[in-house]
Amino acid sequence: MAFLSNLVNGISLGSIYAIIALGYTMVYGIAKMLNFAHGDVIMVGAFIIFCGAQYWGLPPAVCILLAMLVCTVLGMTIEKLAYKPLRKAAGLAVLITAIGMSYLLQNTALLIWGANPKVFPGLFKLDTFRLFNGQLSIKPETLITILANIVIMVALTLFISRTKMGKAMRCVSEDRGAAELMGINVNRTISVTFAIGSALAAIAGWLLCSSYPQLMPTTGSMPGIKAFTAAVFGGIGSIPGAMLGGVLLGLIEIFGKAYISTELGDAIVFAVLIIVLLVRPTGLLGKPIREKV
Amino acid sequence: MSETGKLPLLKVNDIHVYYGAIHAIKGISLEVNEGEIVTLIGANGAGKSTTLNTIAGLLRPRQGSIAFAGMPVDGIAANKMVYKGLSLCPEGRRIFQQMTVKENLEMGAFSRPNEEIGASMERVYGFFPRLKEREKQVAGTLSGGEQQMLAMGRALMSKPTLMMLDEPSMGLAPILVEQIFDIIREMNHAGTTILLVEQNAQMALSIANRAYVMETGRITMEGDADELMHDDNVRKAYLGS
Ligand SMILES: Nc1ncnc2c1ncn2[C@@H]1O[C@H](COP(=O)(O)OP(=O)(O)O)[C@@H](O)[C@H]1O
Ligand SMILES: [Mg+2]
Repeated sequence: MAFLSNLVNGISLGSIYAIIALGYTMVYGIAKMLNFAHGDVIMVGAFIIFCGAQYWGLPPAVCILLAMLVCTVLGMTIEKLAYKPLRKAAGLAVLITAIGMSYLLQNTALLIWGANPKVFPGLFKLDTFRLFNGQLSIKPETLITILANIVIMVALTLFISRTKMGKAMRCVSEDRGAAELMGINVNRTISVTFAIGSALAAIAGWLLCSSYPQLMPTTGSMPGIKAFTAAVFGGIGSIPGAMLGGVLLGLIEIFGKAYISTELGDAIVFAVLIIVLLVRPTGLLGKPIREKV
Repeated sequence: MSETGKLPLLKVNDIHVYYGAIHAIKGISLEVNEGEIVTLIGANGAGKSTTLNTIAGLLRPRQGSIAFAGMPVDGIAANKMVYKGLSLCPEGRRIFQQMTVKENLEMGAFSRPNEEIGASMERVYGFFPRLKEREKQVAGTLSGGEQQMLAMGRALMSKPTLMMLDEPSMGLAPILVEQIFDIIREMNHAGTTILLVEQNAQMALSIANRAYVMETGRITMEGDADELMHDDNVRKAYLGS
């Protein structure tokens, strides 16, 4: 039973990583940059939900929608003000800007909400599921997280493969110049990418804090780094890769902590990443880098 | 107005283009009239691609002006130029390797209303029956010749009034080159004006009405394609005789 329980928890934690990793991987694939502020957008989303539920008395669904809206606007604003002017700049300049943006978000949150950890409220009061005569108990948050991940994965896959904007994203991701020649507005496509990634970050913020109900300005940074790792693990730029990488990372972390060492849990995660990258430098589902002819 | 009495569809007037400090295009002017095939020939590095990319809106001229269909189009971005009826089939094909043939063609019609895409696709398949057979294949797995056909078909999907082609013969076997040039002529007969950049001067001059010769960022010669084909300097420099 411990095994089953670890399995479910691993998939659930991995689902959170996967949803965050989607934001990293989409932005990387389409805008060719690492948005290190992405983890902190999660934290902002979680704080909005916290305020909505705790101070403003909003219904749970409204809290989540509000957080998605705020994060979408935030993500698009960050892109427009900080990253867009650097579109033709060197990669390093963009990277440093992204790291700076991450600190800016954390410090602004510190200013508004203070350093003391807040207890994140459970939005939906549901009973714990008990299976096998109560030997296996699954928290409702765990199931909601896994379910949310599946819904997001299906929706995003349909969006990317069927809609005009989704196809435009794939074009920009492959060849920005050729995409422009088709009539695709590259700037708008990148902006929409940030919007989607940030809305997902809000959802991730809710799921993360529902399972680990402690909220402070640095809450997003460690899950952010792990989700980034998951994106690289699965093959950065690849949407199924982010999903696979995220879930595997969650499983490795939970099983590593359960069977190897609690203290070394995170170290095991990164060790596995290094081994995978040594064997497959492009990640599990990443496209091998093709020489341009 | 040219002697044929047709309207100048494209008018490039004394443009200068830079890559940072590199002065790549040093004041060139050219015209393409409605219905024509005009070719721009020259050695590698002369500035042919830079010229086409500038007309398409991918690069900005630092000086000079460009007019398309009688309207100034200076500073208009590439993605807007497609909507004005100009399309570029770029050097090296630049097809979307991970998309299918059909998806590539659909993307070519990005600027057009959805309900017109089907008819355009049939038209493209008329020119390139081969593409229809390969409709569901991922573009990156096509042969070089098929990829060139796809690039041209994709450019045609926007229903351009002026289609610019950058070295469509590059890297293709002679038999395929002929096939490609036949199709360029057919597309022209069907009403598309063509501006063709080529290193294969022989083939280009044989299908063009008029031609410009470029050397290191400048136009050094221009005239009827037939005349240039028999010009001694052109023969020596570009036709290998
Ligand atoms: N992206 C670039 N950056 C700097 N210089 C370039 C770039 N692209 C082309 N050039 C230079 O501009 C000149 C013209 O190049 P190009 O237009 O590609 O010539 P062509 O198409 O006739 O072979 C060449 O000297 C080339 O080296
Ligand atoms: Mg060229």
